[in-house]
Amino acid sequence: MKPIKELNPQFLESTENKKHLIDYLLGVADNYLILGQRLGELCGHGPNLEPDIALTNISLDMLGQVRSFYQYIAQLRGDKSTEDDIAFLRKEREYKNVLLVEQPNTDFGYVIVRQFFFDVYNRMFLGALQQSADETLRALAFKGIKEASYHERFSGDWLKRLGDGTEESKTRVQQAVNDLWIYTDELFHTTNADDAMIAAGVAPDMLQLKEYYYEKVGELLSTATLEIPEVEYFQKGGKEGLHSEHMGYILTEMQYMQRAYPDSKW
Amino acid sequence: MSEAEIKNLEVQFDAKIARDEKIEPKDWMPEKYRKTHIRQISQHAHSEIVGMLPEGNWITRAPSLRRKVALLAKVQDEAGHGLYLYSACETLGITREQLYEDLHSGKAKYSSIFNYPTMTWADMGAIGWLVDGAAIINQVPLCSTSFGPYARAMVRVCKEESFHQRQGYEIMLSLCNGSEEQKEMAQDALNRWWWPSLMMLGPTDAASTHTEQSMKWKLKRKTNDELRQQFIDQTVPQAELLGLTIPDPDLKWNDEKGSYDFGEIDWDEFWQVVKGHGPMNKKRLDDRRNAWNNGAWVREAATAYAAKQKLKKEETAQAV
Repeated sequence: MKPIKELNPQFLESTENKKHLIDYLLGVADNYLILGQRLGELCGHGPNLEPDIALTNISLDMLGQVRSFYQYIAQLRGDKSTEDDIAFLRKEREYKNVLLVEQPNTDFGYVIVRQFFFDVYNRMFLGALQQSADETLRALAFKGIKEASYHERFSGDWLKRLGDGTEESKTRVQQAVNDLWIYTDELFHTTNADDAMIAAGVAPDMLQLKEYYYEKVGELLSTATLEIPEVEYFQKGGKEGLHSEHMGYILTEMQYMQRAYPDSKW
Repeated sequence: MSEAEIKNLEVQFDAKIARDEKIEPKDWMPEKYRKTHIRQISQHAHSEIVGMLPEGNWITRAPSLRRKVALLAKVQDEAGHGLYLYSACETLGITREQLYEDLHSGKAKYSSIFNYPTMTWADMGAIGWLVDGAAIINQVPLCSTSFGPYARAMVRVCKEESFHQRQGYEIMLSLCNGSEEQKEMAQDALNRWWWPSLMMLGPTDAASTHTEQSMKWKLKRKTNDELRQQFIDQTVPQAELLGLTIPDPDLKWNDEKGSYDFGEIDWDEFWQVVKGHGPMNKKRLDDRRNAWNNGAWVREAATAYAAKQKLKKEETAQAV
């Protein structure tokens, strides 16, 4: 796909532009990291072998994506930092993932709903990112889109099964939808760095796709015989580094080795 | 069927195995063959999925992204092995649900090695290197076992296991090339996993109840003691290359027999763990039971949804 805009070759010579780009990339990649980590907790504990294997696959895809993004960030920084420094050595307020992905694996219903809300967004996002003015991002989007469509199909299919399965599954998954709905709006929230990258044609303007997102999600919820929650207030903050109380525990576990054995090679 | 007819079928069956021909699920087989294979293949499948737990314990704490991805993929491979082995077992006329029930009730066994805790990251290395190493020695001969579905599953399993073993060894190598603290971590893991790995090859030939029949059916090609010797002879030089010490003061090269002599295995510990009293037996089974029980509503939903979809299709077809 062709970029919507050509990037000015001097663009990255500006320190501010580079900083914005890095912050923007962290906002994208941290979602993959934290969701991949959450899914990793489930490996070996699925309701059956097939969904266990599938969720591990999604976790692997997320972590694969995150590595490419962090490697790109490390390259932009031009210092000695590595993908692992970026993944493991930041403080809580420096992670820029949305609140949705840090929500816990309360039960299989929550796992599927969290995944579905993210997957619909992610596929639209990667679709649009294929027209980024940044060549590396175009390549990453192109690489990720196939797996993202598979994820969306997987979580969407399970949402239908759980919604239109038994009374119990419907009650449970509706509860998950109600509880997680308040985190969907943040997916479309933009930071200053995001706005700068949208203006430069590096980032797609996801706000323009917001209506389409809710249309798609609503359509599937209704096929799954589930209600769309009526919510007055949404939660946000993750993209600015303002996380839920879950985040500290996720990081404590994830960073344990890097913190306990600084500067070691593994 | 008369006794003479059965006898005749048995003679043909034995001759077929002796000719190295495969027994397929629809072929006639003696009841004992079917039962032994259900026992062994399911035990093997259970070992794969219980074996996901000790390593799964480190996925969220893996020290680098590369290691996290590799570990996830490895544990996922084990789920895959479980899947093909359960499928192979199902061809013998038993359901996966029944097999799980036998695991959860404690009736069916799985490899005792997974009843030890994974305390440090080095355990991920030691398990790959030693436990997968011992598993390969046990399993390679099964690639040519007499029951077709099992033999074919094992070809795939063995390929992946040998990759896992290299991966585990490579984790150990990184630790041994690292700081003093990392090397200590590696040595400690070897100390804890060495003896249980030797026990993985099974009780001594004198105490093993299944060997003779299993040899005939090609479920076994070498005795437990032969396999154990092979494992030790292959592993000692690998430990030397790492600069680690095998925790056995009696271990020494015997020129005459061309292999290592080794110390007495603590068989009391072996039987204690086999009988369900190892450090992690209860936790492992609880985790499996919880995963299964907590997933019941999900499986029921999937079944109910599939039935509704089928009904809808039939109604549409009728309307047309």
